[in-house]
This record gives sequence, structure tokens and C-alpha cells, in this order.
Amino acid sequence: MKSLLGARNVLDQTEDLILYEYDGSVEKARPDLVVFPHTTEEVSRVVKLALRYEVPVVGRGAGTGLSGGALARGGGVMIVFARMNKILEVDTDNCRAVVQPGVVNLDLTREVEHAGLYFAPDPSSAKSCTIGGNVAENAGGPHTLAYGVTANHVAALELVLPDGEIVRVGSRHGDVRGYDLCGLFVGSEGTLALVTEITVKLSRKAEAVKTLLAIFETIDHASQAVVEITARGITPAACEMLDGWTLRVVEDYIHAGFPRDSGAVLLLEVEGLREGVEGQAAAIEEVCRTCRAREVRVAKDERERDLLWKGRKNAFGALGRLAPSNYVLDGVIPRSKLPQALQRIRGIGEKFGFHVGNIFHAGDGNLHPIVLYDPRNQEQFEKAIAASHEIVRACVELGGALTGEHGVGMEKNELMTLSFSEADLALMLRVHDAMNPDSSLNPGKIFPLSKGCGEIRIKKKAGDMNA
Amino acid sequence: MTATANLAARLGGAVGAEHMIAAEEELAAYAVDGFVPGAVVRPTSAEGAVEAVRFAVAEKLGLLPLGSRSKCEIGMAPSRYDVALDMTGVREIAHYDAGDLTLSVDAGMPLRELEIFLKRHGQFLPLAVPCFESTTAGGVIASGIDSALRMQYGTARDFLIGAEFVDGTGQLCKSGGRVVKNVTGYDLHKLLIGSLGTLGAITRVNFRTFPLPATSGGHVASFANCEGALSYKRSVEKAGLPLGNLEVLSPEVSRMIRAILQKCEASVPGALERKEWHVYSSYEGNEPVVQRISRDLERIAREAGAAHSEILEPAADDSLGGMLREAYEWLRWAGPATVICRLALPEVTPGILTKLSGLMDGELVRGAFLVRAMGTVYFAAVAEEVTEAAAVAFAKIALGAKWVAAANNGHASLLHAPTEVKSKLALAPESEKEFAFQQRIKLAFDPSSVFAPGRIVGGL
Repeated sequence: MKSLLGARNVLDQTEDLILYEYDGSVEKARPDLVVFPHTTEEVSRVVKLALRYEVPVVGRGAGTGLSGGALARGGGVMIVFARMNKILEVDTDNCRAVVQPGVVNLDLTREVEHAGLYFAPDPSSAKSCTIGGNVAENAGGPHTLAYGVTANHVAALELVLPDGEIVRVGSRHGDVRGYDLCGLFVGSEGTLALVTEITVKLSRKAEAVKTLLAIFETIDHASQAVVEITARGITPAACEMLDGWTLRVVEDYIHAGFPRDSGAVLLLEVEGLREGVEGQAAAIEEVCRTCRAREVRVAKDERERDLLWKGRKNAFGALGRLAPSNYVLDGVIPRSKLPQALQRIRGIGEKFGFHVGNIFHAGDGNLHPIVLYDPRNQEQFEKAIAASHEIVRACVELGGALTGEHGVGMEKNELMTLSFSEADLALMLRVHDAMNPDSSLNPGKIFPLSKGCGEIRIKKKAGDMNA
Repeated sequence: MTATANLAARLGGAVGAEHMIAAEEELAAYAVDGFVPGAVVRPTSAEGAVEAVRFAVAEKLGLLPLGSRSKCEIGMAPSRYDVALDMTGVREIAHYDAGDLTLSVDAGMPLRELEIFLKRHGQFLPLAVPCFESTTAGGVIASGIDSALRMQYGTARDFLIGAEFVDGTGQLCKSGGRVVKNVTGYDLHKLLIGSLGTLGAITRVNFRTFPLPATSGGHVASFANCEGALSYKRSVEKAGLPLGNLEVLSPEVSRMIRAILQKCEASVPGALERKEWHVYSSYEGNEPVVQRISRDLERIAREAGAAHSEILEPAADDSLGGMLREAYEWLRWAGPATVICRLALPEVTPGILTKLSGLMDGELVRGAFLVRAMGTVYFAAVAEEVTEAAAVAFAKIALGAKWVAAANNGHASLLHAPTEVKSKLALAPESEKEFAFQQRIKLAFDPSSVFAPGRIVGGL
């Protein structure tokens, strides 16, 4: 590997490798080698070399993922895309950009905002997560409510297959010939191929934005307001909820202006033409008041708006001050069932003795219950996992899904059978095997291992490769 | 007993004789590119479809799942077609959560019925697709035809949230779900879009639905040449107005539309009387938004030097919008013989349209262009007579369109051509590597190649 990439681009010492055994999830797995390629060809050569030595390969962006997608579950070589971070081309006329996978999400928006454009997917980690990682996980964010998740903004991909071959799928236009392979690869969690170049669609910034903070005495009133906004066909650009307990923690840390004595707040944003934004904001305000909002504030200026969003986007960091670790879930429920879902989550928390915080994308029903725990306390850790699984099960029972934007990874793979039958998983596994027949790429993810699916078939150690 | 009657009898034994369509003349209605199936089965449940597929797998037959058959000529002729699986009998609304704006509907449900149903709840599905009166929810997904509203709502890929289908091993499978945001497992349902029946028999599709807009508007700007029209289109795109549709009509397209509207005594936009290039915009929202967009379009048209600019009356807007949604349908019947290609380009320039026009030089055909938002071009060539010379010219034009698209970083697909033209086209996949990749997908879904083999260029 060192002769292939140069010693500077290879890590093989334990003290270096342990930095890469974590991501944003509660899981842990250490790679045997970490490499930093600069080009697609280098990625291809690394993959071919790993194949020769029969060691698994896993791709990694910034490691901000929350489901263990970027962890080397089977050991082996971790390809970190941090040094493939060039914006290769920007075509402002046709709203396209071509980027390497290691480009940081927000950096792309910064590069194109002079032309009134931006990259729409906006995960809370936008300042650090990479576009390659966004593609692998089909990342979302607060504004995907109106603009769609990453898949809606990817036109074409360059891929390195598990055998090292380089292939392009999709087209610059976005429409495909034959099967929509691009649609398949976005969100496949690095289990089918490594993404080495992405053609993204850029969006035009709206001419007017209005940010509202609706303040409620109880979380039930706030969730009823979400149900009502959705049912009336109002689509805000974003609709986020923070419960009272969470917002007090956030407020202590960020001072965003959330009222400490409230039961829940909704952070809402409307965008579009000036004429439309006024009407939408008025309609939302009316719904919130009907649902017994104590107050509806409109951000006066850019500064106040940024502060409110800072409170939302840094909330998980704020919660980190309360407990050594937290487990963020990602279940989705039909929006009409939001009040029931939150009640059930509260009940499950009480049953296991946890206070479960809620800060989430209410507008698209994507919950993020947070279980605070101490990982050094084995009993508490196990209880946290059990509570989490019960919450996920509740989401599925309400007609929802295991994960809205974080991915299945090695965190929820055993729960896949809640949503999918044996026939469903068998077909997904055949698609997996068609691309990644030896599971040499990101083994042990998505598929339940207990069912004999997606087993880690490559086991040799990587030590010899480091010549 | 003839081979056909024998097949029908055995299949009837497997799926129930009451689900068989037996009369020879009825079989002819299921012909695809001149190939008539030996048997037609029309189940009334997903389980019935499962039985039909299992029978076909066991008997090593070729099976083609079909909806209303309005667009089954998209794609190449099937290389084996023994059984038609008519899904129009599977047509229930399985699940609708108006408060969540999500819908799960059987494959055979006609879009028109769905529209009426959703309208009662103040919602709609933004699939403004041709043959709207007959087309089914499953068929529109399999056909991959694009929607006239894609500029605002995207394509089916952006709001198809899950699907159920019978795979090539005869198992009922699903992917996705019924919620608007979901990354659980592989998005196999996206592969079904445009799969032309080659991956599975779709039994159910799940969609995100959208609120009906309060009101809508339409505008036409007219230009002496395609340079003016395309440059105006570019300015409108850059203005960032939330348009539902933005389409450039060549003079020939306008002439065809005018003729059809006059024939059915529908309202004709005054602008279409002019033998010019027209650019149509449609938009929606509340009254102030619609008025604002109309004003902006008038201004941009003026600045772009439009020869004529017109805010459409609602009746004229409806008829023109409806005609553009149906473009594929009437372009097919625009003359005794027609070829329609759809080009997907990063950017549409006057030079590209000139090159495409050039393909028709010296041939007895006339061409029509419809440039849809986002670089999609419908290019139709129409011949007044079905002759061997016309077939040769068509084949040349279809291949030429592919080259022009490829040379401009795009690609072209053949939406319609007389059967004799298709057989003249030895179309090869544009990228061997990508094709090999597609083949792997086909094998994973359909290991024994029971589904409509040969429909996708290259022979999938």
C-alpha cells in the first residue's frame, strides 16, 4: 500500500488506527489499514490490491454517520476520501457541479452561492460531512422536507466496483438509459461500490425566507400543529420540533432564544416568492394558534434566523454535556400519527428508566429520539439498546420505517426483518451479490447476520499488504 | 388443440380459467411490435400475478406485464413473448393517509380515477403523462415516461416511495415503504422506473401526494427563431420562478397542436396562430403568486425581444397544457409514419436543433421539436407515406439523434417507431461497461429471464 500511495497516505500504527474505529454511532470496529487516495485510479488500485490479499475494503467520508456505515466491521482497509476533496467543475448555467467524494457538504454551497445557487441536502453535520458520505447514506436534513433527500439531487456517479473496475452511471441531465443505477447506488451505504465522483444538481436560492418559532405549552399541542399543517397541504421548507426538556439543554449552551418554560417549540421556515411566503407564514401562524400555540415569533433578521438554526443544528452537541454518550434514533412515522408516536416513545423511555429527548424533522415524520446513557455502564448500555429497539419497533407498527436518513449500517441490520420479508431480503441480497459477490466491500452492513445474510466472507488480515 | 389454445388451457389451470382472455382476436390487441402473445392472463390480485409468473418460469416462457398498453411500444421488440400479464384487474386503493399525503395503490389503477379520488381530498399526483385517460399507475412507472410537471415536482423517482412486485423467481417482493422519508434497504423500486417490464411485474406502487394548488396560470412568448426562444427560456430559468412547466414549441409542433384543438373545437391560444417558435410556461400558487409570475414573464419576454407575449385565458391554458402533456400521444399519429426520439441533454442549444434538423435534409419527412425544461427534447420526424425509403430514412434519423445526443454529453432514446424501422436499427448499448452492469441487475431480479427479454437496448 505504501508503495502504491506513498507512506504519507497510509496509516498502520495502532495509535492512528484507533481514531478510525468510531463514527457518530455507538458502534466500534477498527480497520487494519487506513489509506488516503487522491484519485479514482488510486482507489481502483487500492481495491485491486485488497482483493488480491482477500481483505475487505470500506469507504469513509468524514465519519459523521450515525449507523456505523463507515466502520470496518470486518477489519481490512479503510479508504478515507478526505484528500479527494476537489470541486472539479461548476456549471452555474445548467445548475450542475462535479465533485470528488471528500468535498464537504457546506463547501459546495459556499462555492456556488455567488451565483444564487446552493446544494440542497443539509444534514446537521453539513459543516463537516462529505458529499460522498451523503450519497452513500442518502442523507437528509431539515430542508429535505420541501426539496427532497440526496437522491433527488444526484445526476450521475463514477464508481469503483469491488473488483477495482471504474464505471459511470447516470447522466449529466439526470435521466438514464436503461435501469436507474444512480437511484440504486445513492443510499446503498457503500455496500455495492465506492463512489469516486458525483455530478450533483444545484438548486436556486429562494428570493424570500421567513423563519418562525411557534411556542407551545405541551408537546401534544406542538405535534397536533404539525399534523394540521401537513393535512392542510402547507409545505414549509423546514418544520423541526424540539421538546421542552431538549430545548432547555440547548438554550443553556447556545442561547438561541428558545423559551425555557415551554413544552415544545416548532422551528418553521417558508421560502419562495415574496408574495407566496407572506401567505404561507400567515397560514402556519393561524394553524399554530388554533393548536393552542402560546406565541408565534417571526425572526426579525438574518442574525435572529441564524441563531435559531444554530440552536437546532448544535442540539446534539449540547446534549453531549448531560451524559457521556447518547443514542440517536432515526425512525420514521406517518405524519398523521405523530402525537401517538411521541406518546409511545415517552412510555418506552419510562419503562426502561430513561428520559428520551426529542429533536427532529417533524415535517416529514422523521423522529430522532435521543437516549442518554453511560457506555461504561454495561447494564445501562444494554438497556439503552433495548429501549431503542422498542422505539424502532413502535415506528414500524405505526406504519413507518427503521431509518429516515441515517441508514441501516451495522446498527439496525438485525431489525431489517421488521420491515422486510424473507423474499424482500433475498432479492436485495441478490442485488448485493450481483455487485459485491464476496462481500469484500463494507461487509456486515444492512443485512441481518443472524439470518445468514451478508455474512463477512473475507477474513484474512491486512498485515502482509503493507509492504 | 393448437399450441396457443394448449398454452391458454394450461395457464388457465394454474391461475384460474376465469382470469384468461382466450379469444384470438382479443390476443391481437396485446401485440407488441407485431408480436402476438400465445395467452393473456388478467388476474384480480397480486397472488394471481404471482401464479402467472411462476407458471411462466416453470414453463420457460417469456412474460410481459402490461397495464393499459398505451405506451408498450416504448423500447425494443421483445425477443420472447408468450404470455401477456394484464394488470388492469388489480386496481384497488390499498392505503391512503390524506393527513400524511401518502398513497399506496394497485398497479392497474388508472391515473384518471386516481386523480378524481385525490381531488376529493384536495390533493394530486404530479404525473402529467401522456395517454392520461387510460394509463395505469404501474404502467406509467414501468414506461419511464417523463411528466410535463417535472420542472416543479421532479420525475416519478422523486415521489415514488415504495413498490411491490413479483420478481423473476415468482416471489412477491417489496422495497421502500409508505412514509415520505426512508432509507431502509436498497431502493429497488427506483430500478422499476423505466424498466419496461423487464425486472418484475409491478403489483403496487406507493407515492407521496401533493396539495392541489389554489390557482394556476399560463403564458406564451413567441419568437421569430429558435435562438430567440431558447435564449428566453434560459432567462426564465435563471429568474428562478417556480414554474410547473417550461416548453419550447417549434412552428411545426404549434401547427399540429392548433390543428388538433381546432378539430375538437377547443380553445386555441391566439399566439399559436403565429408561425413562430413559442415558449409556454405554466405555474401555480395563490392569486398574488400567479399574478407576480405572469408579470415577470411578460417583462422577461419583452427584454428578450419577443414578437408576441400573452397571458393565457384559463380555457386556452388548459387546452395547451393538456396538449403538451399528451405530446407523445399525438406526435405518434401526426402522420402515416412517425419516429419519436427523446434526448436528455445537459443543455439545449440552437446548434443541436440545427444538427437534428439536418438529419432530415433530402428526406421526405418533416420534423417537430418540443424542448421541455431541464434539457429534455422530444424530436419527431413524420413521413407522409409508409415506404421502404421512409423506413431507411427513419433508421438514419434515429441513429443520428443518438449520435447528436452523445456528442453533446447526453443520450437519446427511441419512444416510437414503426416496427419495420425498429428491426432496421441494430442499436448497441452506448457504454459496454454500464451495460454489463445493467445485465447484473437484470439477472438478480430475473435469473431465468422470464420478463420481457429484449425490451431494453442491448437485449435485456
